[in-house]
Amino acid sequence: MRTVAVVGASLAGLRSVQELRNQGFDGRIVVIGEEVHAPYDRPPLSKAFLSGKLPAEELALAEQSDIDEWAAEWRLGVRAERVDPATGEIHLSTGSVIRADGLVIATGGRPRTLPGTAALTGVHALRTLDDAVALQADLRPGTQVVVVGAGWIGAEVASTCRSLGLEVTAVEAAAVPMERALGPMLGALCADLHADHGVDLRLGVGVDSFTHNGSRVTGVALHDGSHLPADVVVAGIGMEPATDWLRGSGLPLDNGVLCDSGCVTPIPSVVAVGDVARYRTPDGRHVRHEHWTNASEQPVVAMRNLLAGATLDTFRPSGYVWSDQYGVRLQLAGDTSGADEITVIDGSPDDRKFVAEFRRAGHPIGVLAMNNAKLFGRMRRQLAAGEPH
Amino acid sequence: MITACPVADLPVGESIRISGDVAIAVFNADGELYAIDDTCSHQDASLSEGWLEGCFVECPLHAASFDLRTGVPTCLPAKKAVRTYPVVVQDDMIYVDTKVREAVA
Repeated sequence: MRTVAVVGASLAGLRSVQELRNQGFDGRIVVIGEEVHAPYDRPPLSKAFLSGKLPAEELALAEQSDIDEWAAEWRLGVRAERVDPATGEIHLSTGSVIRADGLVIATGGRPRTLPGTAALTGVHALRTLDDAVALQADLRPGTQVVVVGAGWIGAEVASTCRSLGLEVTAVEAAAVPMERALGPMLGALCADLHADHGVDLRLGVGVDSFTHNGSRVTGVALHDGSHLPADVVVAGIGMEPATDWLRGSGLPLDNGVLCDSGCVTPIPSVVAVGDVARYRTPDGRHVRHEHWTNASEQPVVAMRNLLAGATLDTFRPSGYVWSDQYGVRLQLAGDTSGADEITVIDGSPDDRKFVAEFRRAGHPIGVLAMNNAKLFGRMRRQLAAGEPH
Repeated sequence: MITACPVADLPVGESIRISGDVAIAVFNADGELYAIDDTCSHQDASLSEGWLEGCFVECPLHAASFDLRTGVPTCLPAKKAVRTYPVVVQDDMIYVDTKVREAVA
């Protein structure tokens, strides 16, 4: 393999470059990134960056000395528009063509937008640094904010807006926030966090439409007939994997790039990592993770397989997610879907310091901690090793 | 020099956090005592709550690993070193010398 093209220059792309070099690849690496920015860390965008505590310079994911050492060619502010795996040609938005014999797909995704808001100012989604800069500029004193979706990002944006002294209403279609990941009891605890910090949380109700003054949003109409005045609306309603550019490539696409248990597509010289990769689990499902740790971990396995030309390693997700909201730190590991038993094993939810274990048919499958990083760290390791605690 | 705790309160594999102007974490790594800045150089997390393995501590938030001897991170996401401090044991008490800031670039 002489040239590897990495399409996508965020965490998964950067980690791919790093792993290619760590694993001894000394050929040419070309990184193509749609954003103009050098790789930066996204988690602070909804927290310390949005609140103004962390400047953009501090978001850099790598030191310049590391980037120099990796000696990759960075094509930033450039989109990959089409790929032909048969010839290895990647066509760029600049009109130029890169020829590579290895391809890493790390294009992540785009946030879902609220229907009917495309022409309105004051309506935001949050994924990129530019998104965060635009939202921050809109959060002026006295602004009324409506957050649609009380998942991880929605909750963090609501929390940050409250810390800036803004009035916040959060709208969540489910009966409690994060119901799917946390279940009703711990989801209700997240609802309490919002309420404790003065957020008007509307649960079990969907958005009907948006009111506006011709150009700017003025409010949100809900299905229950209520109307929430809003100067700023933030959508935290998930993302779609960015696979448009792969249409017609022959690569299997279905809610992401389908790949095997080692992140390898049916073409062994093409791998997918990060939010865009929908890989096969040992029990035959295909799953995709939209989390930081996944984007950091997958490249280790995917680059090994890419360089070997075969799936030697399989990916074992840690399922680790963290969130800082309202001064508490939530940490979750494992796959909590299908849990039939959730037990608080240390501390108390009332004290906002506890660890809970998720079990399915008696077996531990996940762990959630609030403000207890030490015990979480131990349990997360036991979970990964499959040991009882 | 600041007081950490009695030697008996910090058995092998344990760590404590000393609050102050700058919070410091003290570790007992297989009998050797080390003191470093408690706050991870990457993002707000307390290294005293991290996972201790040999003379490395893994940040409890993002799994960046720091060498307790030098403060230097061994992997992303941390890029900057944390400061290390000399540890002194006297009359069964552990002290940390915060005046000598051994900055490691």
